[in-house]
Amino acid sequence: MDIIQLIISSTILYAAPLIFTALGGVFSERSGVVNIGLEGLMVMGAFTGIVASLYFEGLGMGNASPWFGLIIAIIIGAVFSLFHAVASISFRADQVVSGVALNFLAVGLSVFLVRKIFDKGQTDVIKFSISKIDLPILSDIPFIGPIFFTNIAITSYIAIILAFVVWYVVYKTPFGLRLRSVGEHPMAADTMGINVSKMRYIGVLLSGAFAGLGGAVYALSSSLQFSGTTIAGQGFIALAAMIFGKWNPIGALGAALFFGLAQSLAVSGGTLPLLQDIPSVYLSIAPYVLTIVALTGFIGRADAPKAIGTPYIKGKR
Amino acid sequence: MLKKLSGIYTPLFAVFLGIFVGAIIMLVSGYNPIVGYGALIEGIFGNAEYLGETIRTMTPLILSGLAVAFAFRTGLFNIGVEGQLMVGWLAAVWVGVTFELPKIIHLPMAIMAAAIAGALWAFIPGYLKAKFKIHEVITTIMMNYVALYVTAYLIRTYLKAGMERTEKIASSASLASEYLQVITEYSRLHYGIIVALLAAVLMWFMLWKTKLGYELRAVGYNQHGAHYSGMKVNRNIVLSMVISGAFAGAAGAMEGLGTFQYMSIMAHFTGIGFDGIAVALLGANTALGVVLASGLFGGLKFGAANMENVGVPPELVEIVIALIIFFVASSYLIRLIINRFQKEGK
Repeated sequence: MDIIQLIISSTILYAAPLIFTALGGVFSERSGVVNIGLEGLMVMGAFTGIVASLYFEGLGMGNASPWFGLIIAIIIGAVFSLFHAVASISFRADQVVSGVALNFLAVGLSVFLVRKIFDKGQTDVIKFSISKIDLPILSDIPFIGPIFFTNIAITSYIAIILAFVVWYVVYKTPFGLRLRSVGEHPMAADTMGINVSKMRYIGVLLSGAFAGLGGAVYALSSSLQFSGTTIAGQGFIALAAMIFGKWNPIGALGAALFFGLAQSLAVSGGTLPLLQDIPSVYLSIAPYVLTIVALTGFIGRADAPKAIGTPYIKGKR
Repeated sequence: MLKKLSGIYTPLFAVFLGIFVGAIIMLVSGYNPIVGYGALIEGIFGNAEYLGETIRTMTPLILSGLAVAFAFRTGLFNIGVEGQLMVGWLAAVWVGVTFELPKIIHLPMAIMAAAIAGALWAFIPGYLKAKFKIHEVITTIMMNYVALYVTAYLIRTYLKAGMERTEKIASSASLASEYLQVITEYSRLHYGIIVALLAAVLMWFMLWKTKLGYELRAVGYNQHGAHYSGMKVNRNIVLSMVISGAFAGAAGAMEGLGTFQYMSIMAHFTGIGFDGIAVALLGANTALGVVLASGLFGGLKFGAANMENVGVPPELVEIVIALIIFFVASSYLIRLIINRFQKEGK
């Protein structure tokens, strides 16, 4: 019982940053822009989240500091993603290369600034992290209450609810239809009077905002400080979750929860009787291997948006 | 004439812009760019030891750059060089530690083992691309992480010798050279640079002087055209990834047999494979270009440490490298700028 509660609460904790970031990836890739740069966007989010939170702590904001940190991280994440947007949409750069450059730049720039501000390789540790709460009433439900509604970070709930909101936006609103249309057939969308570049900019900016939030949530709830190695692959796991979830927000949510479970087991697996004998390496590589398996089509075909990866040049057939 | 030159203009202009923006970043954050870049240049050429270390840093970069460039030439994007490099590193060290053989057999065998390991690791994305049309970018990224965890696990379980690393390799498998060390005031320079340069010649020869190279380039240039002229496109895709992986694996051998003589349990990527992407892009995917670009990035990487002496964070160099990639990728922008200048000149 205790073990189940431990695993589920840590699964949701690990999954939250992945959910946010994967949802960001959905926006970008649905608009037709590959976003290998999710990792770098998370790095920027984690960096600004911690630095801003430390700043607000200094102002005496106390428990509210990490929340302000999250807001700043969303803004900076969006601004930083402009780099990818301008390169891949306006300058017609190869989207994969631009994403790679973004990842490089994020680590370089954030550690450069950390050294400038703190005069050492990592930031100070924040005093106020995102607090874990027991949801009133719901946590009193026998069995389910202690597992799902006790001692859980609020951001984890926000992430799960947001997945449904994003699903609604992408599939049920005119905005979502336009976003998907420029990712599937930009020329047709252009003919219908949709501004392809504008929609793609919005897609990438949203991915920046979401990934920035994801990075900040990780930093402000798990690592509690920032260095060049704080975000080590979570962005790529989020990318994997998005693909595993077939570019669908709900699918991405499910995959992120599953990968969160894998991470949670990789960390705490040694204490579980069933898993003790399995080398943790299998759990560590699970998200990556499963993504390859998913792509191979064993778990139903995953179809990427058709126009993904190609810049749209008006008037060119 | 101008068209031919623009092939050289773009990377040169990208480097210039990268360094220029780096200078602005230094200025804005309160450092003197002349002092900063001065320290960087001194860190590259300052003395024989620095120069030796710069060439050493360059060595695996040449091979990882060749790996990315070779795949690019044939229309594939191998982001998995990092992982292929790690399995190559481990294979080279394993052969170096396990066997007792005369140097003339042992050393080539260790390098071959690295190349084969890298090739096998790259075979998987190549095969999946050919058979299931899965984009190699995603699979190679995933394979990187698998390599990171699997090599760490293998060392921890089977090869660990005290500390967090393997035993040292036998001297018969080593690339280390006392002569090169002495003339460079005891840097860690090793014979790997010769291997890397030979590999560059090999790649040039393979791509431009053999039937196989012609086919691989044809597939990269136009898959459908190559298909209709009777070439086996799928076979060429797999082959191209395998050859690319072999170069990447050999890059790992440079670290395992040359610089370190062992392999540590790694918590993070080496970065050499990712830098290979930058090197290949800047080198316009040619063998000579890759060697030159490796010189630049090797210098930047090693010289960066010296910037700390004047108080500038060495991460500035990472920013400059990222910007150079950005500008090379946005060559459309650079062409626009160059065209604008030419029009004004007239």
